[in-house]
Amino acid sequence: MQEEIAGGRLEARNIQFRYQKGSPWILKGVSIKIEAGERVALVGPSGYGKSTLARILAGYEMPLQGEVLWNGQPLPRAGYCPVQMVSQHPERAVNPRWKMEKTLRECWEPDGEFLQKMGIEEAWMKRWPIELSGGELQRFCIARVLGPKTKFLVCDEITTMLDVITQAQIWQVILQETKRRGMGLLVITHNLALADKVCNKVVGLPEINRF
Amino acid sequence: MKNKGKGKVQEVGKKTGIFLNRRKKTLLLVGFAAAYLTAALLAGFWISPKSYGVDYSAKFLPPCAAHPFGTDDMGRDMFFRSIKGLSNSIAIGVVASAASSAIALAFGVTAAVKGGLADRFVNWCVDLCMGIPHLILLILISFMMGRGQKGVMAAVALTHWPELTRLVRAEVLQIRSAQYVQASYRMGKTRLWVAWRHMVPQVLPVYLIGVILLFPHAIMHEAAVTFLGFGFPAEVPAIGVILSESMKHIAAGNWWLAAFPGLLLLLAVMLFDVAGESLKRLLNPNSGNE
Repeated sequence: MQEEIAGGRLEARNIQFRYQKGSPWILKGVSIKIEAGERVALVGPSGYGKSTLARILAGYEMPLQGEVLWNGQPLPRAGYCPVQMVSQHPERAVNPRWKMEKTLRECWEPDGEFLQKMGIEEAWMKRWPIELSGGELQRFCIARVLGPKTKFLVCDEITTMLDVITQAQIWQVILQETKRRGMGLLVITHNLALADKVCNKVVGLPEINRF
Repeated sequence: MKNKGKGKVQEVGKKTGIFLNRRKKTLLLVGFAAAYLTAALLAGFWISPKSYGVDYSAKFLPPCAAHPFGTDDMGRDMFFRSIKGLSNSIAIGVVASAASSAIALAFGVTAAVKGGLADRFVNWCVDLCMGIPHLILLILISFMMGRGQKGVMAAVALTHWPELTRLVRAEVLQIRSAQYVQASYRMGKTRLWVAWRHMVPQVLPVYLIGVILLFPHAIMHEAAVTFLGFGFPAEVPAIGVILSESMKHIAAGNWWLAAFPGLLLLLAVMLFDVAGESLKRLLNPNSGNE
């Protein structure tokens, strides 16, 4: 592992967002501030814009108004983004034409010990994504973005499709890594027990007038 | 690979056995198609016009040892004429597919990447071209270009791009919005890196298969336009000309004039179609390992 540099502060100011002109607003005046080492759970009913907020925070979407700040600076558009996201659908987040090995090593070289902790077996490396289950793929997706350059992790319902034992195993590794490196964590989940267990803080998105 | 005795047991358990089987069969098929077409194409260049010259002493001979495909109303040997005709058709097919696929690639990628007005313009062109019945468009263009070889070539080359354009556009659009592509950008990969590692391997097989499947269409349409009298002039041996002439004599029982050239054309078209389809299944990751 490389020398650890402390994580940073992720801040969203007055975010306003909708996908198309004329479509309902997803987010209106959302502000959130997460310090380094802080673990925040974002809960709320479906359709309240949790995933959209996650995509904005990780730089996948640009907010129409407001800004996303990383240590007081706008989130970098080019180069490795310090805020990385793991999504709900691992099978869509990997290239179906790449072997798992290539997907895993897209931006860093995880060592064997780390892979063992993540529960990734050596035999999976030479397989295609279609030959692995959702849970197995999700481990790869998480391991892929836990490189040394990642300072903040956004987890969008990442363990919803997993059995309880695997969930526990994966969260343990994520907690261990984020604590060790002082990373911030935003967890989107419907599972309140999980939110209590993993995070120091639980927040929700307010109901807004969408038109 | 070659394990005839113990192959049965291994095939069930081992995925690679089945994988190689499909792959081998496909490669064999593609090889056969390529060999057939190259042979026909090259043979066409080597056949001298004398071998299918006029000989009034040998009119309407049914298939025999000296003339495997028989002779026509002017005593011309149908075997050599048909081969020469197929060669002409294949040459047209190659040129037309190359031109059409180049147009399709340029249009499709532009539409998908630029979006907005460019996308609308390309879609409008596609709709325009597809809205006119294909054969009528072929005849119009061929007629405008003064018929003959130039006319057919232009007509066939300029009318086969719309389907492939749509395919390329859809494919590029889909991969541009794919999660793993966006994730790759967020991991600091450059546009060139992503295009080369993620996009080209996805779009290229689809495109190549599209080109291969376009080929039989081009040959068929060349024959059709010529058959209708808007293509090659009557003295040029082309499958379309041969078939159209044979119509005059088929009622008199001279079946071989239409049957053999028709079968040659059919074989060429079907070989390409089957080869393209099996390549498609092989290159698709969802069925590639079946």
